[in-house]
Amino acid sequence: MDATTSSDARVLEDAAATAAALRLRDPQHRVSRRAIGYWSLRAGLGWLIPLAVEIVWLVADLDNLVTHVIWLAVTVVVAALHVGIMPQWRYRVHRWETTPQAVYTQSGWLNQSRRIAPVSRIQTVDTERGPFEQLLGLSNITVTTASAAGPLKIEGLDHETAQRLVDELTTTTQANPGDAT
Amino acid sequence: MTAPTGGGAEATTAPGLDPTGLDPTGPTEADPTEPNPTGPTGIGPGHDAGHAATAGTGPVAAARPGPEWRRLSPRMLAVHPVQETLRALPALLAVLVAGRSSGHSAPWALAGVAVTVGLGILRWATTSYQVSADQVQVRRGFLRRRVVSIPRDRVRTVDLTAHPLHRLLRLSRITIGTGQSDRKEGLRLDGLTSDEAVRLRTELLHRTAQPTARPSAGSSAPSRVGSPAVPPVPAQQTAASGTPDSSAPGSFSLGSPAPALSGVPVPASTPWEPGETVLASLRPGWVRYGPFTLSGLVTIGIVFGFLYRIVSEAHLDPGRLGPLRAIGHQLQRVPLGVAVTEVVLAAIVLVAVASTLGYVIAFWSFRLSRQDSGTLHVARGLLTTRATTLEERRLRGVELSEPLLLRAVRGGRCIAIATGLRVGRGAERGGSLLLPPAPVREARRVATAVLGDAEPMTVTLRAHGPRARRRRYIRALTLAAIVPAGLALLWGLADWPGWAPLVGLLTLPAGALLAADRYRSLGHALTAGHLVVRQGSVVRRRCALARDGIIGWHLHQSVFQRRAGLVTVIATTAAGRQRYTLPDVDVNASASLVDSATPELLTPFLVR
Repeated sequence: MDATTSSDARVLEDAAATAAALRLRDPQHRVSRRAIGYWSLRAGLGWLIPLAVEIVWLVADLDNLVTHVIWLAVTVVVAALHVGIMPQWRYRVHRWETTPQAVYTQSGWLNQSRRIAPVSRIQTVDTERGPFEQLLGLSNITVTTASAAGPLKIEGLDHETAQRLVDELTTTTQANPGDAT
Repeated sequence: MTAPTGGGAEATTAPGLDPTGLDPTGPTEADPTEPNPTGPTGIGPGHDAGHAATAGTGPVAAARPGPEWRRLSPRMLAVHPVQETLRALPALLAVLVAGRSSGHSAPWALAGVAVTVGLGILRWATTSYQVSADQVQVRRGFLRRRVVSIPRDRVRTVDLTAHPLHRLLRLSRITIGTGQSDRKEGLRLDGLTSDEAVRLRTELLHRTAQPTARPSAGSSAPSRVGSPAVPPVPAQQTAASGTPDSSAPGSFSLGSPAPALSGVPVPASTPWEPGETVLASLRPGWVRYGPFTLSGLVTIGIVFGFLYRIVSEAHLDPGRLGPLRAIGHQLQRVPLGVAVTEVVLAAIVLVAVASTLGYVIAFWSFRLSRQDSGTLHVARGLLTTRATTLEERRLRGVELSEPLLLRAVRGGRCIAIATGLRVGRGAERGGSLLLPPAPVREARRVATAVLGDAEPMTVTLRAHGPRARRRRYIRALTLAAIVPAGLALLWGLADWPGWAPLVGLLTLPAGALLAADRYRSLGHALTAGHLVVRQGSVVRRRCALARDGIIGWHLHQSVFQRRAGLVTVIATTAAGRQRYTLPDVDVNASASLVDSATPELLTPFLVR
């Protein structure tokens, strides 16, 4: 804890702003490469629903064939773009890092988020493996704090990494007593 | 140990009845948990045990006889029938007044009343509670018996509410808040005598309120982030606490008349217990802010609902009522414009009157005070009185809000940001209220007094710059453009009149005004103890969040924000709204802002 920081924060802030701007770097680790497959799979399955609806509608209403085909084509193109671009983009963005003091994650693609939580304020660490995740050998981790607004999610870690991370976080969290509010 | 003399006749009623066979369930379950069941002396020993525990003399407290199970006041038996009858009043009124009923409605209503009254009696008979050295337990339920236990050091708020009927019988409902944000209400005991409720409150908060008054907010260095939260250590209590609080009947005295905290001194005119500092009390003149709260809308809705039920139960035709018919005729005779104006004016007057009445009923005899034991105490209410006690070590900041109408008349109000008190709709009237609508100067003074730090309310806020301003305009105008665009579409496709989209264009200047005001409001600052954020136009809020109450950060960028080099910085916390947002901060300034607000947390992730 350095004394100047607490004595007058605003002075420091002003100084920092005028000096070469401090920048938050990306977290160190990427998620598993298989996460690309996971996101593609999830997005692709999601697009099947509107496509199915449109096909059923087309079959039921053959009079307006041209309109329906146009809509269908547009949907297919958008879906293809989404499934083709989003997972790659996400893979470039999604990152995570932990230190003994903090957990730091980055996620999103068009809209991006960075979340930081002090390890001392962590309340629970959950691992979750849905059917797709199991298929691809992946795990999702959710780190919650006492705030209802701040769960950190790390999607698409491979099993071993996830297990190691959970163990690590649980150990460090237990070393920090208090109710973390 | 002698039984407390405080409360006199009131206090002795309940214990007097306790051992007289009205406790069919009590001892059977209580016995196994208590090695030494206490005698039939009623409240006394339990109360004293609580005191002994608070005195920090652990072994002594443990050696004392275990506390007995106490029950609700038998006077509650009188409350339930009246309450239920009132609830069924519309149906009954229809029968009595109109002399007829819609089929079977009235008999059913009466049967319903009988059943609910029966359930009320049953509830009374099966509910009992116990306060031991380290926990509060409530037993309830007839078929499904449940025991709810709350560790005493988790008790964060205690709320005493008394409806008019309760007050008539000198009863109070006590709600013990455990600070579990997700549980809507805490442990509730409906119907203790007011004296006993006050004593219970003292008992519950006495122990937990021991440590120095304000370890959390403002005073401590922000270095607590990243280090474990230190659990409060009960300090040694002065010998004075050994004597029961018998100073005045029904009073809330804390035994040790310690010197007042630094803050606003007690006005000489206010008769109040020692050890208490009054921070604010309602002045009658503040009622002028009542009409600007719009709370009357809700009241009017309720009244209309009530009337509607009577009317429909009694098959009345509103059109046949004289005054209503006269009004209807009058509106039909005058031109449309005049009629609309009349209706609007009447509505405004009605809402204003109802809001004022609502203000008086909710906030009359409001008083905010700080107790030496480290609690904030809010008492208010004309008919239904409500007294909320909040531990200051749970306080993480203060929010000053100015809704547009209130802002126009320079009014504002204050709520507390505290862990376990989640703020949502209705918070302005709920447990976190610190000041009802009042002059904004007063609101600032109260916020400052509660925070114990003038800086958060006075510091000049940093504006977010021209790019943030542009985003305010783009967002407001895009939304505003939807209306004329939609109307133009309807004009083109569905033969709507051509003037409709032109009138719709009026939303654009309104949107621009909103954007301008939203930008003017937007700003943030970092003080020694707090992160201060101000934003909003329709409701402008200035939130001061203790820096050590920040338990995480979320930096969000939409596509557009990334192009503009802006980022929305969100401080997450376990208190109040759970998240406090600073929209559109310059990306280059955001890292240093977060770093200064919570030193050390970000250090490993920062580069130049």
